[in-house]
Amino acid sequence: MNWIDAPPLPKGQEMSSIPSSSAGAASIQWTRNDYSRVPFRLYHDPELFRQEMQRIFRGPTWNYLALAAEFPKVGDFRLISVGDIPVVVSRSGEQEFSAFVNRCSHKGAQIVRKAHGNTREHVCIYHRWCYSSKGRLMGVPFRRGLRGEGGMPEDFSPASVSPRAMRVVNYHGMLFGTFADEIEELEDYLGEFGTSIIPRFLHKPIEVIGYSRQLIRGNWKLYAENLRDTYHASLLHEFFVTYGVDRATQKGGVKMDARHRHNMNHAYAASDTQETAREAYAGIQGVKLDRLRLSDTQLLRHDPEFADRMSLAAPTFFPNMVLIQINNSLSTRQVRPRNVDEVEIFTTLFGYQDDSEDMRRHRLMSANLVGPAGLVSMEDGEAIELVHRATGRDPDGEAVVEMGGRGPLGDLAHRVTETPVRGFWSYYAELMGIEPEGAIR
Amino acid sequence: MSAVMKKDAAISGKKPSAEVRHLVSDLFAEYAHRIDANELERWLELFTADADYRIVPRENVEQGMPGILIWCDSRNMLRDRIESYRHVNEYNLHWDRHVIGPARFVAHDADTWTVEASYVLAQTAQENGETRLFSVGLYRCEVRIEGDAALFSRVAVIADTGLVPTLLATPI
Repeated sequence: MNWIDAPPLPKGQEMSSIPSSSAGAASIQWTRNDYSRVPFRLYHDPELFRQEMQRIFRGPTWNYLALAAEFPKVGDFRLISVGDIPVVVSRSGEQEFSAFVNRCSHKGAQIVRKAHGNTREHVCIYHRWCYSSKGRLMGVPFRRGLRGEGGMPEDFSPASVSPRAMRVVNYHGMLFGTFADEIEELEDYLGEFGTSIIPRFLHKPIEVIGYSRQLIRGNWKLYAENLRDTYHASLLHEFFVTYGVDRATQKGGVKMDARHRHNMNHAYAASDTQETAREAYAGIQGVKLDRLRLSDTQLLRHDPEFADRMSLAAPTFFPNMVLIQINNSLSTRQVRPRNVDEVEIFTTLFGYQDDSEDMRRHRLMSANLVGPAGLVSMEDGEAIELVHRATGRDPDGEAVVEMGGRGPLGDLAHRVTETPVRGFWSYYAELMGIEPEGAIR
Repeated sequence: MSAVMKKDAAISGKKPSAEVRHLVSDLFAEYAHRIDANELERWLELFTADADYRIVPRENVEQGMPGILIWCDSRNMLRDRIESYRHVNEYNLHWDRHVIGPARFVAHDADTWTVEASYVLAQTAQENGETRLFSVGLYRCEVRIEGDAALFSRVAVIADTGLVPTLLATPI
């Protein structure tokens, strides 16, 4: 048979050719305007990833950078990532924080190599170009030449070639930054939703107690979806259900901001009974509600410390941030896309400065629940890799997102839903300029 | 004897006997074997009832932060972890392979020796045989010796590898 005459393969068995799997935003075809179908291509197209870094992370979004408490002294700095862009964050003044792209204006070398430290100036090792802690180019060796010879042109302007800086806002101790010149103010971006929940977590001085990092071999948007999918929580993370930490039968729900880009899963422990839970989870393969008991129950301890008495609160902000409370474990996660196939989840554990010795110990113990080894979080790494691996073989396939209903987006007083996942895609499509005809927002 | 060895001997006040060295060496060998052979319930038997086991990223240790990946402050709690691993958690199906370096005796107090050893841990996916380097780091342990029995009363895994590939389910 001549290759030109080859018949088309049945749907779902097409071979993906290189051009069609890397055609960027223009190649995305939504089959439903309410995002109840999600094309697999979104997770695998390297050109689309490049566009996301430009239109989302360098675009009109506020990114979570770090906690102000990580920079106690003027000159303290840390390396982070905004999307795949390496960024230096520092306390550049008593009440001033700065962030700039970690790339020398001269040859493009990485300027800062230490993950964290304290300095008044950053010096690129290659030709010793020198930067202030705000990222302004301050010094160029031999700029005036030597003995009247060489040097930069008279009209060379260091200020005009300084690395790209972000606008940084310290919001109740959380540092947010944007590369965009034109963007709504941070408080408007966070919405009523964000401006009420962030101060809840940061209502008194905090103390960072450690970090963890997890490398998931999956597209960053699979993680973004995971954070907005309350349906999976009590099914994938069996520890939640088995030991009653979090169950869909508990009082709780999902809230979103007006643009449906941020969301919060929340719940109240002990608001259900063992009987209602047993009934609800009866027959679901894998759930072992009554069979197991912890011999040491300190992991389940919850000392309510917020006025709302929520035992689980996980507000998630577009595009890169999560704040998580599970019982007395408190942390932030920064979602760091590395490339189309990999994402790093950077977790920062924190407590409060006025914690008692007992609470300090308890918070550290509660860290067993979260992070890459977390008893209620480790599974996310595996689930996302399973999806990424299998969907890459069929970029023309689609995911089904109908749990919780189709059509309009809105808050729900239950958690058997994926509606916030559709909310994510609606705002994503808007930013990327790929909304389908008659798209819901 | 090197200057380093002399200094350590001064800290401990006493060098370990050949018998102690043997006991500790065998304990580490069993430790690696029982994890790699997926005999985790028997791995628990290498700990005292009051044992403290934790995995800490070196990044935190260097910054003076206590943040843990896993912390069990008793053998019972460690047993809960293993039971959860066996029956509750979902994880990447893999084989572990530990290579543990020679024990370095750091200090000595009554029946307890403080010892350190480097480790390299590779993971192999059962699905396709693909091996990847999972973690490297240092064990900082306390080994309690009673007669001819040696048990861990403390294992702090200080992981140089801060970026955990996929997830951490089986102990290091």
